Amino acid sequence: MAVTASTSAPPKGLRARLSASLFRHPKGRLGLILSAPLAWMVLVYLVSLALLLATSFWTLDPLTSTIDKTWGLQNYQTIIDGSTYWRITLRTLTMAIQVTAADLILAFPIAYYAARMAKPRIRGIVTLLVVIPLWANYLIRVFAWKTLLSGGGPVDALLSAIGFGNVSLAGTRWAVWITFTYLWLPFAILPIYAALERVPPSFVEASSDLGAHTGMTFRKVIFPLAIPGIVAGSIFTFSLTLGDYLTPTLVGKDLFLGNAISSLTGTANNKPLAAAIAVIPIVIVIIYLSLAKRTGAFEAL
Amino acid sequence: MEGSAARWFFRLMTLFVLAFLYIPLAIVVLYAFNKTRTASWPPDLWTTEWFSQAWQDPSLKPALFNSIKAGIAATTLALILGTLASFAVHRFSFFGRNTISFALVLPIALPGIVTALALNSMVEAVPFISFGLPAIIVGHATFCVVVVYNNVIARLRRTSDSFIEASMDLGADGVQTFRYVTLPSMRTALLAGALLAFGLSFDEIVVTIYLSGTESTLPLWIFNNLQRPTNRPIVNVVAMVVLLLSLIPVYIAQRLAGEGPIGRKERSPEGMPVAPLEEAGPG
Repeated sequence: MAVTASTSAPPKGLRARLSASLFRHPKGRLGLILSAPLAWMVLVYLVSLALLLATSFWTLDPLTSTIDKTWGLQNYQTIIDGSTYWRITLRTLTMAIQVTAADLILAFPIAYYAARMAKPRIRGIVTLLVVIPLWANYLIRVFAWKTLLSGGGPVDALLSAIGFGNVSLAGTRWAVWITFTYLWLPFAILPIYAALERVPPSFVEASSDLGAHTGMTFRKVIFPLAIPGIVAGSIFTFSLTLGDYLTPTLVGKDLFLGNAISSLTGTANNKPLAAAIAVIPIVIVIIYLSLAKRTGAFEAL
Repeated sequence: MEGSAARWFFRLMTLFVLAFLYIPLAIVVLYAFNKTRTASWPPDLWTTEWFSQAWQDPSLKPALFNSIKAGIAATTLALILGTLASFAVHRFSFFGRNTISFALVLPIALPGIVTALALNSMVEAVPFISFGLPAIIVGHATFCVVVVYNNVIARLRRTSDSFIEASMDLGADGVQTFRYVTLPSMRTALLAGALLAFGLSFDEIVVTIYLSGTESTLPLWIFNNLQRPTNRPIVNVVAMVVLLLSLIPVYIAQRLAGEGPIGRKERSPEGMPVAPLEEAGPG
């Protein structure tokens, strides 16, 4: 090092001076490294969000199809007055809750098995198998269910084999529910696994030393400590379902909030109304997050 | 510890969930060789005709190249911005420090269509970014920053400051310390962040729909062809190939995890986690 330093003296001198001056001026150092990411997030993202919010207060001139930039609450009025968007919001919320419930019911046992029952080698294999589908393309996983659920396809064949007769799930809300549950399941398993794995063995021992049997230890010690993980998992399943519109488009027929937004930006080109509707899932997610925060779920994310 | 009935319940549920996760993927592989255009059960095997048809599809390769280009560019931007942000948050305390990670996670925490619509409004309003690849890169970089940030800051929190102090005490300047001490200790975190960022970008569809203009990417190609029932078979073979390709990052991630702290999560016989060793320094 010393050799390099002395042979390249002039540039080193400048560099050293710069380095030393930055060392003496932490504000300068901070400014140097923070300015780029800060500028990016503010200029690209926060300004975009602000612009979207602003758009929701403008209106579409139906004659010229241009955006009239006079401020007003007309779009919110449209949403509140009609029954359409209430129904779509309710449908979307119901779906998000159903998907979250199904995911949590499926996720808990496998997370519990991997974290607290399996031998280290099996645990590694199970967690790897849970993570792998997350690397698979989202659309391909939807496509897999489109294939499974297509009319006369594997699921229909299975249903008729176990005695449901000639039913088809293709295009139904069941199809949307199953596909969503499938898509977000790993997101539910991983935080629950992490929470369960962190339960200190000494707590479990203390509980049994104090006379609690297995079931009681589970109910009073392990499960309560897993709740932040469960809530963290539900944040993913809930908000991902709330905002997704491609799955209902591809495997279902019903309109969800995302579909309402996308169809308004597409053919209708009514971006102001679409922006106002986009505020609905944002508000719901914020309410959900603030409720979730109370359970300490953010530390488990 | 638990009763054997409970043990069996958990074991069966685990097998059931794993089957639920993998049967659909197996179906994608199986139906890639299906002779008919519909997905009726049982499949009519075997044919490789759809592979050659997909290969000859004129729009597939440009879409794939666009995805790779967007992925590399967005990952590079995310690496720079995410690393800078994590250093700023880790090394300094300043007003608004706690909101940085919140702001970074917003693009993926908010519903995809909200981010998509917001970025769409911005690109429409700003004259110097055009819809197409440039807009896609800007959009993808925006939501990729957080994965790099999370990986790097986790590593920084585990890396002891004493290495940096030792380096400075031994006469290295800031640049040398960064080059020979800080950077090597973060190599795997950067690689993991880059892998996740590329995966996220390569996979993304909603933001891409709203920023692509007339350009296509691989997910867009899949999406457009999914809506044409006659193209189902070629979508299926592309899906199968992409599915198999996604095992590459899984493999790399596993190797990284083996080097990093995850590999040390093995428990000692007493069931206590082995105390994490300090991050190995350079050299």
